[in-house]
Amino acid sequence: MGVDLPHSGRGLRRLKDASGALLDEALILVFPAGRSFTGEEVVELHLHGSPAIVSVVLRDLGNMPGLRMAEAGEFTRRAMENGRLDLAQVEGLADLIDAETESQRVQALRVFSGALGEKAEAWRARLIRAAALIEATIDFVDEDVPVDVMPEVVALLAGVLDDLRTEAEGVRIRERIRNGFEVAIVGPPNAGKSTLLNRLAGRDAALTSDIAGTTRDVIEVRMDLKGLPVTVLDTAGLREARDAVEELGIERGTERARSADMRVHLCVPGEGPIMEVMAGDIVITGKADADDDGDGVSGLTGRGVDRLVDGIAAELGARIIGDGLATRERHREAMIEAADKLDMVIAAAAQPDVAADLLAEDLRSAIRAIERIVGRVDIESLLDEIFASFCIGK
Amino acid sequence: MKHDRPRIVVVGGGHAGCEAAHAAARIGADVILVTLSVSGIGVMSCNPAIGGLGKGHLVREIDALDGVMGRVADAAGIQFRLLNRRKGPAVQGPRAQADRSIYRRSMFLEMQSHPNITIFEGEVADLICRDRVVHGVTLADGSEIRAQAVILTTGTFLRGVIHIGESSRPGGRIGDRPSVRLAERIDTFGLPLGRLKTGTPPRLDGRTIDWSGLEMQPGDADPVMFSFLSHAPSAEQIACGITHTNERTHEIIRRNLSRSAMYGGHIDGVGPRYCPSIEDKVVRFADKTSHQVFLEPEGVNDPTIYPNGISTSLPEDVQEDYVHSITGLENAKILQPGYAIEYDYVDPRALRRTLRVREIGGLYLAGQINGTTGYEEAAAQGLVAGLNAVSEAFGEAPIHFDRTTSYIGVMIDDLVTRGVTEPYRMFTSRAEFRLSLRADNADQRLTAWGRQIGCVGESRWRSFEEKANALNAARETLDNCNFSSREVAEHGFSINVDGPRRTGLELLSIANADFALLERLGVGVASIAPEIQDQVKRDALYAHYVARQARDVAALQRDSAIEIPANLDFHAITGLSREVAEKLSQTRPETIAHASRIEGVTPAALMLLLARLQGRSTDRAAVS
Repeated sequence: MGVDLPHSGRGLRRLKDASGALLDEALILVFPAGRSFTGEEVVELHLHGSPAIVSVVLRDLGNMPGLRMAEAGEFTRRAMENGRLDLAQVEGLADLIDAETESQRVQALRVFSGALGEKAEAWRARLIRAAALIEATIDFVDEDVPVDVMPEVVALLAGVLDDLRTEAEGVRIRERIRNGFEVAIVGPPNAGKSTLLNRLAGRDAALTSDIAGTTRDVIEVRMDLKGLPVTVLDTAGLREARDAVEELGIERGTERARSADMRVHLCVPGEGPIMEVMAGDIVITGKADADDDGDGVSGLTGRGVDRLVDGIAAELGARIIGDGLATRERHREAMIEAADKLDMVIAAAAQPDVAADLLAEDLRSAIRAIERIVGRVDIESLLDEIFASFCIGK
Repeated sequence: MKHDRPRIVVVGGGHAGCEAAHAAARIGADVILVTLSVSGIGVMSCNPAIGGLGKGHLVREIDALDGVMGRVADAAGIQFRLLNRRKGPAVQGPRAQADRSIYRRSMFLEMQSHPNITIFEGEVADLICRDRVVHGVTLADGSEIRAQAVILTTGTFLRGVIHIGESSRPGGRIGDRPSVRLAERIDTFGLPLGRLKTGTPPRLDGRTIDWSGLEMQPGDADPVMFSFLSHAPSAEQIACGITHTNERTHEIIRRNLSRSAMYGGHIDGVGPRYCPSIEDKVVRFADKTSHQVFLEPEGVNDPTIYPNGISTSLPEDVQEDYVHSITGLENAKILQPGYAIEYDYVDPRALRRTLRVREIGGLYLAGQINGTTGYEEAAAQGLVAGLNAVSEAFGEAPIHFDRTTSYIGVMIDDLVTRGVTEPYRMFTSRAEFRLSLRADNADQRLTAWGRQIGCVGESRWRSFEEKANALNAARETLDNCNFSSREVAEHGFSINVDGPRRTGLELLSIANADFALLERLGVGVASIAPEIQDQVKRDALYAHYVARQARDVAALQRDSAIEIPANLDFHAITGLSREVAEKLSQTRPETIAHASRIEGVTPAALMLLLARLQGRSTDRAAVS
């Protein structure tokens, strides 16, 4: 493009193609090695963002020898390859980019900052200390033998085990923050479920009519409820089915409703809920459009909707405990595997004649499991999967 | 056909040299073993013991390949102990006190009696070298011995300096001359050198020790031999004494620290953390008021006692004082003062996995010269160098030891990939596949392979086959019977009665199940020899773990199969940091697995390397 890179690291430049025709005027930022996101030398072109400009500049760059389009996630991959990010941070970054709600942003940022990596590193350090104590009794038995190391070993392991269990417990809920909570609206046909959903979503997501049984299957609408990502499910009205197709729809709806994180039971005035109310569910009277008093809700007029939203958000928000860091099933699996091994080691350590070789082996497995969280081992198999979730570029 | 037997010169008659000479001779070389003095062959210059944790494993592996150390140690053994007897077979290590003179004599006989070995007394002053290929050695008298390969096993002789207190003088082990000229020749090769140190305790006259009040430690009632061919000790068996240092000992040492060669600033070399001098112990473990001292006889007919645990570089008068402060040693006479020795070693990262110097043809290094410590580590390297020197001379493929199948492989891999920061000693914890690399199954792991290589002789092979047949027969018997859990429980074994049916082998994989149980269940196990029973039980016990490890082994071997071309320019790989490229260029890993174990080489760097080798284009810049 015949452009001189600005010495100061930034400057305004006119970009021209090979024939000298002007493409755009762009802000050029130059990052020296070690100071960029990837750690490599990077030049950024800040163009006027129209698709036409971007495509003509990309085409021109692509024609230059030695240049090609980045693969999906390649910049992040390089950042990791150059030791700028650990695996958990890469995952945090992916979540940060995808964050739609405030709670997702806060959670992703915590992971992206490297806190999970630090925590795993701390666990690993404690386990390695324990392993070293055991190894010392194995390899130095004929020398000035250390005294009984098992109490310290067990104390170290028990501490890590507690942390792992607590952290693993929170993964499910933190995965919910990543992928969204599910809230099902259940109730008899024509109780006003779809109208309520539409009101919540602010658009006609579910087909509504006055004829009972309009919603045969499950309708999902993803929304931001007070910063929480929530998918609201509108299930088929629960009642006796009149035909096989409807029966299938009802069955499916019931099943989905049961496995949701919580349910809003929408009742016909004067009647109770028609399916089992589980802990944390909200029971509310629907079609309160005509009613002037009472705690009902009306999808049609919007009455009581704010209060319902507050109720849902408060219930789900209460489930987000602590500020745990592990956010993925992958993290949870690794932590559970490590915890199980530590359990075995602690039990074995209590035996009179400790089979130190097997104990040490189980401890090594636990350490390897922890290392997987930050991607120290098994890395090749994980990478493709992880980087595939990135769009082109970062 | 192996006509034209290659000639190999082995320089040095220590543990590495003897094993190298014998291995080279076994696979068909004409070996000339050059030693400063014939009486120096097989000398144990440090403590009079062979084996231990990790080290015992090495001896077993050497023996499984028909080497000499195991048999010689068995002949010289005067006290056998299996360490970690109660901790699980994978971490049990055979160890023996050895009678110094029997050891030396037996080793000399092994060398002398092998038809392919010629012992030559003389000082190697130089190497015959042309175009960076070694063609033999020049002796101090100017005569030459030509050879296809030279194996240097010169121990601490490279610029060795002996320190006793404030005085120091050049020397290898006490009484020997250092090889300054040889060191100068090695300098011309431009090999990376480092400096290490090691120490010995004062030797005591056992006749002046008051044994009456001391705790005595006898050997095991059922001694475990090193060699798969040995059955029982042949030398007279003795007990070792145990005494302890005390506050007064420590006070004497503290008061004189400035006079210690090590603490007085006379020594630059790095010593082993795991074998500290008594000065080190007193300083670093200041809160300990007492340290154990093992009083190890150096032989049945030798009054010399090796007090293991108080190696030192303090002046002689201080050594007298602190020795006399110890219970039982009040009147002990010092026969030879303790000393520290400093010496040069060649950074083993300059070596190939065959222990050949990478940049110099025909030159192999083995033993302490590579930065290791210990007789066993030295001997194992001698074996590797001996086999490979001959193999290369025959123009055959290198004989590589794998870290998934032997401790020898672990050690070689550690040395050539990581180098050393302190004298390298084998530990069981260095072996990630420890549960499969046991002392008891070294023959199962290596003997058949050794037979293929050609280093396992006829009589060992016959005895191995016999054992292998017996093992197979026993396994078949146990595989062909099975029992319900209820049946097993009815025979007095605690087990969940609702459990599955199990074969005899599966039953044995439960920790407390043994052959007596199988006998009660009516399996004809009485005809199975006890050592076969032991082996089968151990294999069964670890089967579950070994299966899991097999996955890791497969991953490692997959990486080992990806070779890195010798001329690859690491600096030309985009994305590789200069530091990593520098490390790789210096170490020149031969495979991806090898590269992965180099310190500082990140998984990320490995991926770049892998991508380069697989021809993926990462060398072009990316555009977003």
